[in-house]
Amino acid sequence: MSRTRTHTRTHTRTRGRTRTGIRPSRPARAGQSLALLAYLVFLAFPFLWLISTAFKPPRELASLHPTWIPKDPTLANFRQAFDEQPLLRAAVNSVLVALSAALVAVLVATPMAYVMARHRSLLSRAATGWVVISQAFPFVLLIIPLFLILKNLHLINSLPGLTLVYVVWSLPFALWMLVGYVRAVPRELEEAAAVDGAGKLRTLVSVTAPLLAPGLVATALFAFITAWNEFFFALVLMKTPERQTLPVVLTHFLGAEGVADLGPLAAAAFLATLPSLVIFALIQRRLTGGILAGAVKS
Amino acid sequence: MRRVRAWAAVAAAVALLLTGCSSGKTVDDGKVTLEFQSLAWQKESVDANKQLVKEWNAAHPDIQVKYVQGSWDSVHDQLLTSFEGGEAPDVIHDASDDLADFAYGGYLADLRDLLPARLKSGIPQRSWETTTFGDGVYGVPFLQEPRVLVANAKILRAAGVRIPTPAKPWSWEEFRSVTKKLSGGGRFGVAWPLKEPVSATLNLSLSAGGRMFHRGADGKVTVRFDAADAVVPRTVHDQAGPDGSASGATLGMSGSDTLPGFFAGKYAMVPLGFSYRQQIVQQAPKGFEWQVLPAPAGRDGLAQGVSPQTLSVAQDSPHKKEAAQFIDFLLRPRNMVRLALGDWMLPTGTQALKDPALRTTKNDWATGTALAGGLRSAPAQSVRGYPEWKDKVATPALQEYYSGSIGLGELRKRLVRDGNLVLARYQR
Repeated sequence: MSRTRTHTRTHTRTRGRTRTGIRPSRPARAGQSLALLAYLVFLAFPFLWLISTAFKPPRELASLHPTWIPKDPTLANFRQAFDEQPLLRAAVNSVLVALSAALVAVLVATPMAYVMARHRSLLSRAATGWVVISQAFPFVLLIIPLFLILKNLHLINSLPGLTLVYVVWSLPFALWMLVGYVRAVPRELEEAAAVDGAGKLRTLVSVTAPLLAPGLVATALFAFITAWNEFFFALVLMKTPERQTLPVVLTHFLGAEGVADLGPLAAAAFLATLPSLVIFALIQRRLTGGILAGAVKS
Repeated sequence: MRRVRAWAAVAAAVALLLTGCSSGKTVDDGKVTLEFQSLAWQKESVDANKQLVKEWNAAHPDIQVKYVQGSWDSVHDQLLTSFEGGEAPDVIHDASDDLADFAYGGYLADLRDLLPARLKSGIPQRSWETTTFGDGVYGVPFLQEPRVLVANAKILRAAGVRIPTPAKPWSWEEFRSVTKKLSGGGRFGVAWPLKEPVSATLNLSLSAGGRMFHRGADGKVTVRFDAADAVVPRTVHDQAGPDGSASGATLGMSGSDTLPGFFAGKYAMVPLGFSYRQQIVQQAPKGFEWQVLPAPAGRDGLAQGVSPQTLSVAQDSPHKKEAAQFIDFLLRPRNMVRLALGDWMLPTGTQALKDPALRTTKNDWATGTALAGGLRSAPAQSVRGYPEWKDKVATPALQEYYSGSIGLGELRKRLVRDGNLVLARYQR
């Protein structure tokens, strides 16, 4: 208790720099940890169940008392999944489309976001408003016009066409996210760079861009995952089996009236989650917030 | 420097992607290429379809068929978009209850003048009715399945109940008393998987003479709920309610969800589509004895509504004649049998139904085949406004009735009064 008080006192002296140092009491912390753990379990449950299902033979899947650990683990589901569907090719398609969509979305959104955040005018406010409104359109409303436009451009059944759709689809939200990140970079830093003699380009490259990195990563991740998981556009736009993406191929394990080939479906779905996990693991280090804390005195 | 190189690589990759894999439409050289979108999804059935396409392509170098894989899950939206965009496949696999919108919308070709006489006469009229909308025929019905009772043979044997056959089925009353006898000690006589209560109820009600939808002299359809319509709903309601012979928990389940309980001996019988046998063969524990029994019969015998799988031709297809030729090939009796075996379903063709492979007692094929004569068009599948009636009125009303929260009077009131309001809007 006394430690806490001392800590608070120390903290009062340094108030204005940071508030994150306040530590809750021990029971509160235990409660927080417990809540966090419960949340983690809640999040992990479907994924762990998916893994468990992927390794179970059909008979165990129809057991009234399912177990977490398969009693008789098998790789047959994976073999069957690869035998029956072109998973590898679909995965390559998905990676190509999702990565390009993420890249292009970030490349297009970054300069736009910068302008919208830094040069506040009626136009940028209107643009922001439009971005928010555009989020309200359900995609079933868009699909037929979009289909016709892409058909005129001869982009039906082509991966670049699908990429284009995903870029357009994720752009509004990506833009919105990035505007927030750009606003969080204090203008004073750019002014300071200018005072030190840096030109506009130099400032952007050496000062603003590095500080925006977490924002760019978050945006890219958002665009990637949106494209990676998207099903309906991919289903409607891609006709040839060679060009289908993973979510579409996964539905081939589903039959009419909710009947599913559960084992191979789980195996394929498990494999389909791996790339996003890997990409997330690789770039999550960059997702650190708070680098700007204390950058300017205010 | 490193950063510049990285960006250059990224730009190159994007450029490569944008140029490298643009869609490559092949130029025809007098050859016709048809697209056949199949919804087959299980290995045996996909293999059968692909093999047939291969055989056709080998024999018809001038009319090549490209197999395109569709999915039951989203076929309606996907087809609608493709029709609107003028990019629909030439030959379309679907089910008769999904065709009404497309047929009335002018997206599907009327097949009456396209199909050869052999195919027309090889499929009974009652099956053609499933794909007749207005004056036209918009699909060839080719695979169908009756709803049957899949039973735990040991439990039935131990209870000493009479085993029904297609020649001597149970009546609905007998079925009710048998399920009562089979219940007890934590076991239920039957588990009704009624996640989709409307189609199951309407289709089975045909046996008791229930029709619910009546077309008047002016061509308008109205809903009535007579004594014959109440037979099946009341049986289910009584089993799940006062009798305690049907599990209440499975009323909201799909067929697959009930299988674990069925295998564990919790339920003596489960009413399921005939094709569920495949799942049962795959998943049943070793030594589990099961058998297929006909669904109970009523005033109209073993009549039952079905929505067969269909093959249609897109109205926009430039090669309708060739598409019809391909359908004719796929549905030759021998080929129809191969498709039926792949999907564990019954063919509609009378010749195909005679095939010994479908008359064997193995996996109870013979029991199902004997029921084919009673299968007719699912009531109301061609009634405009039926989907809304089903979703907004009938599904909640039947669910509440089966779970015991409303009585028969209230059920009737909702199905008829609320239902007719919905239908009237579509028939102005």
